[in-house]
Amino acid sequence: MIDIKISDAPLDIAACLSNAADNECGGQVVFTGTVRNKTNGRPVIRLEYECYRSMALKEIKKIAEDAIRLWNVRRIVIHHRVGVLGIGDTAVVIVVSAPHREAAFEACRYAIETLKKTVPIWKKEIFEDGEEWVSAHA
Amino acid sequence: MKIRILAFGIVKEFVNSSSLEMEIPEAVTVGALKAELEALYPGMKRLKTYLVAVNDTYAGDDETVDTNAEVAIIPPVSGG
Repeated sequence: MIDIKISDAPLDIAACLSNAADNECGGQVVFTGTVRNKTNGRPVIRLEYECYRSMALKEIKKIAEDAIRLWNVRRIVIHHRVGVLGIGDTAVVIVVSAPHREAAFEACRYAIETLKKTVPIWKKEIFEDGEEWVSAHA
Repeated sequence: MKIRILAFGIVKEFVNSSSLEMEIPEAVTVGALKAELEALYPGMKRLKTYLVAVNDTYAGDDETVDTNAEVAIIPPVSGG
């Protein structure tokens, strides 16, 4: 079972967990990505996320399908937030359910690492004294 | 032929818009399109790297772009 969403509204971690519930699974791993208050010591005020929605959904689906195929995973939930996020807001939630914990941990790690490399979502950091698209420059 | 190109993230600032129209030769390759973009918008060269997507899929430099394709410039992603 795959549950994917890109949303302008706050993410519901409890709903993600219950969407991933499965009586055949003994291990559920949750990753949440949260907006941090500084980058390299520089205070961050907020983050602004945008996405190329159709392609982002397609790339996230590919990650979920690969996680299911490569590990013995039964359910995976990947929700990503876009728009303006403040410090402490949840930007991404990934829940992986598998019969055993090893697969759940590995698949969850794979999902977040791959998402950060392939999914067309971008964030701009707004600092007190400027702003910057993350990772854009050499 | 004329194609529409979508711009995201920092690329919107380089091209001053979230989309642009470009006149390109028939069956242009992604590589040739990138060279043309960099000539028109020198800011593109300041990017660490970037990719081009054709119809929602990352495209290699040798692939050709059809008239009705949806083309997007993908600067380094930073989700999560």
